[in-house]
Amino acid sequence: MTGGERVARALAEVETALGTEAVVRSPGALWAYSADGNPDLAARPGGVVLPSRRADVAAAVAALHRHGVPVVARGAGTGLSGGAVAEEGGVLLDLARLDRILAVDEGEGWLRAEPGVTNLAVGRRAAGMGMFFAPDPSSQVACTLGGNVAENSGGGHCLKYGVTLQHVLALEAVTAGGGTLSLGGLAADLPGYDLLGLFVGSEGTLGVATEVTVRLLPAPEATRTVLMLFHREEDASETVSEVIAAGILPAAMEMMDNLAVAGVERGPYRVGFPPDVGAVLLVEVDGLEAGLDEQAERIAAIARRRGVREARLARDEGERALWWANRKTAFGAMGNLAPAYLVQDGVIPRSRLVRVLRRVREIARTEGVRVANVFHAGDGNLHPLILYDPAEPGAAARARRAGAAMLRVCVDEGGSITGEHGVGSEKREEMAYQFTPAELALMRSVRDAWDPAGLWNPGKVLPPERPGPTGTAVPSGSADGGV
Amino acid sequence: MERTPHTAPPAARRGGDRDIWSACVHCGLCLPSCPTYRVTGREELSPRGRVFLARLVDEGLLPEDDADRVMAMESCLDCRACEVVCPSGVRVGHLVERARERLAGRLPGPWRRRWAHRLVRGFVAHPGRWPRLARLGRLWQRGRLGRLPDRLLRRLPAPWPELAEALPPLSGLTVRASAPAVTPARPPVRARVALFAGCVQDVAFGAVNEAARRVLAYVGCEVVVTRAQGCCGALSRDMGDGETARALARRNLAAFAAVQADYVVTAVGGCGAMLREYPVLFAHEPARVAEAQAFARRVVDVSQLLVRLGPLPAAKPLPLRVAYHDSCHLAHVMGVRAEPRALLAAIPGVELVELGEGPACCGSAGTYNLEHPEMSARILERKIDSVPEGVDAVATGNPGCALQLAVGLGRRGRRVRVVHPIRLLAAAYGLDEIPADEGGGP
Ligand SMILES: Cc1cc2nc3c(=O)[nH]c(=O)nc-3n(C[C@H](O)[C@H](O)[C@H](O)COP(=O)(O)OP(=O)(O)OC[C@H]3O[C@@H](n4cnc5c(N)ncnc54)[C@H](O)[C@@H]3O)c2cc1C
Ligand code: SF4
Ligand code: SF4
Repeated sequence: MTGGERVARALAEVETALGTEAVVRSPGALWAYSADGNPDLAARPGGVVLPSRRADVAAAVAALHRHGVPVVARGAGTGLSGGAVAEEGGVLLDLARLDRILAVDEGEGWLRAEPGVTNLAVGRRAAGMGMFFAPDPSSQVACTLGGNVAENSGGGHCLKYGVTLQHVLALEAVTAGGGTLSLGGLAADLPGYDLLGLFVGSEGTLGVATEVTVRLLPAPEATRTVLMLFHREEDASETVSEVIAAGILPAAMEMMDNLAVAGVERGPYRVGFPPDVGAVLLVEVDGLEAGLDEQAERIAAIARRRGVREARLARDEGERALWWANRKTAFGAMGNLAPAYLVQDGVIPRSRLVRVLRRVREIARTEGVRVANVFHAGDGNLHPLILYDPAEPGAAARARRAGAAMLRVCVDEGGSITGEHGVGSEKREEMAYQFTPAELALMRSVRDAWDPAGLWNPGKVLPPERPGPTGTAVPSGSADGGV
Repeated sequence: MERTPHTAPPAARRGGDRDIWSACVHCGLCLPSCPTYRVTGREELSPRGRVFLARLVDEGLLPEDDADRVMAMESCLDCRACEVVCPSGVRVGHLVERARERLAGRLPGPWRRRWAHRLVRGFVAHPGRWPRLARLGRLWQRGRLGRLPDRLLRRLPAPWPELAEALPPLSGLTVRASAPAVTPARPPVRARVALFAGCVQDVAFGAVNEAARRVLAYVGCEVVVTRAQGCCGALSRDMGDGETARALARRNLAAFAAVQADYVVTAVGGCGAMLREYPVLFAHEPARVAEAQAFARRVVDVSQLLVRLGPLPAAKPLPLRVAYHDSCHLAHVMGVRAEPRALLAAIPGVELVELGEGPACCGSAGTYNLEHPEMSARILERKIDSVPEGVDAVATGNPGCALQLAVGLGRRGRRVRVVHPIRLLAAAYGLDEIPADEGGGP
């Protein structure tokens, strides 16, 4: 039986179980599902299943896996590394319709929801109770809680509060073959291996989350947001390092360079930055009201020593919201500057910021590409946005070369190839710079334990295996391979 | 390997939409703003999906008349909610309008749609018929036409009968045909304005136009009503009948050029938005663009003008809890959100509340509710869910929305009136009765 026939039979079964409304298989519609937030990594899926009830997820997975059809979970498709793309005719399991908030416990501070709920909807519900959900990816209006879990997403406020992993208490997941599993729990410290921790950040390669319980934190008593404009990017970078060195832990520290600013200023949330600004730094401190103004002033003082050209405090909640909206639309606004962009997601030790930025500029010059820089500066998480026009011959290849070179710089400086966007299909080759063969083999064995038939998001995250003599997925001796 | 958009040969077709889709970076930030995506969760029914399919057509990977692609374009409400949130300014609405114009005529379409199109054309292009229709409508509402019209109506598919039921009591007059050519301003004179009366608006919601005329005069505007004006053309454009839309637009350009007025004022979000976009409509007629631009600059919504001139103190309080519904075109194209709220909030006794979901489409969208009744009904359901308990009225600046909301509220058995803000203002100024049942069904 060909792959296509297998998919057709499996989908017919799913249709019988879930109804025709839940299955997409006509070619035009499937095209629309061929990419996530990175259209450069497009591949048309063999079909799409859209369950409306949680129980339908297990039924659909059981049918698909029984026929040997690979399944790729999809939330809102805002991922940037090709994670939610079904290569080679697999079927997408789209969770957008599972978007209910199931329970909240204000006293204990948790919320339980279906995976397709947006990050913003969770945040809004929390805000209504005087609480907040800390992970706030810039894509939060659209991206889903399930996607956040799968990518272990970060956001502006993760500098102080930690990434998604630190805020997930429990999960229900559907695993290979359609079984279900409960991971984690409300108790503080569970014995045994941390399977929940393993699942978070696994990019849909271990199973699909069908229910997520997250921690909500009490909203801070007060917040101050400081916006700083610099003539030179270096001065903004130094300010970041010095703020941390001074023992201040801001809730967020976000930076944009001149070109990134040019993009967002043409979008719907114009702040009115001067066009010749070298870099914009957005810093937020929060906590008890007492002492907050002093903290903001200390930050401004550091910036002044670095020659800041303007520093001001958000006047009110409206202005603060505008500054954040401006920053959060930076990736989306790149269409104002070029028809396509490639974003890298390198992490570096904060103290290397100035040096790495210089290297990034050099690479851009060598390859003849334009780069806009946006970063979660406090975390040392860089997002060089490499702009290009796919219609121009060779441009995409140059952009990719430049991107790979920039990642190598990050690893050379003691950092990592991905901070929060995941590996997906985009960076699977680069995993080999970051990990030793033994480490990769161990990862592979973990994956095989969860997914013996290799039907969860195959081909993602781990680099393609070289065909070994035995053809097995786990080279012998890998388990004690010096990790 | 299957060809993907990036490996595809560059656009082979002339007149493609690359100028629009190339700005889309596929970020997905527009998804939650889109009414059809919200109710279906389907990517091809999202702004990003629609833009991507347009690109595939230009890259030769998908035929323009592919069934899914046609449905993606036809099912768009052209509400522009996606455009105002898109960080890269992708003009999804124009993309859809272009596709519809190219597809129109090529589509076999179900009988219902063809019938609706014919009906619309016969109506919009013939202002001479409007007063007669208004009179007939009044006779029908008063039961003077016997039982036949009702029996026919009941045989029409949803939501036709409900929409007819939801019509406000018709005055039998249209402002375009019956109002004085010039209504003098109550001194001091502050502006000379031309009232754009619209088509459906004038026939079915003549009372709203009349309220606008009186309020404008009351605050110091000399109000001109020219009979040379006609339908704005939006309904035709939405159906892909660009020819008719442009003909109608040319008529209005000439009509209002002949009237020396500071502003062209509308009380209909959909019409106002269309008039503002005449320059886009004539993008292929460079000779007319400048004229269209000069005209578009003068177009304002009545609430905008009133706020600009500064509202006057109300003569009597209106003890009402009012929720304001943003008409998509008024909010997203005209950029009018704060003004109607400000006018309402300034009326003593009015307590203004917001709808639960914020500015979400109600699913009316011109003739959309007639052409896509199922999708429209699903969108309407969500909208009605967001109307808080305990409101007396929903105010909205577009007659299509008013009818749609009245239908939705009626389906739930909720007794909430639907009114145009200008009518509440007219009542507060003592120029009109408080509309008791407008859009609320007889
Ligand atoms: C403009 C923009 C800004 C962004 N900013 C940030 C940022 O600040 N920080 C950040 O971390 N990321 C950011 N991202 C990346 C992206 O938004 C996040 O990775 C997000 O969490 C993805 O969510 P999604 O619902 O769109 O997931 P998708 O893209 O649909 O899927 C992502 C991965 O998760 C898997 N998956 C989805 N749902 C499930 C599930 N229920 N169970 C198991 N696996 C699942 C998929 O298989 C895929 O591998 C940004 C993206 C864009 C376009
Ligand atoms: S239309 Fe705009 S918001 Fe939507 S995906 Fe494209 S660039 Fe992003
Ligand atoms: S115009 Fe409205 S219906 Fe059409 S794609 Fe945009 S948001 Fe969706």
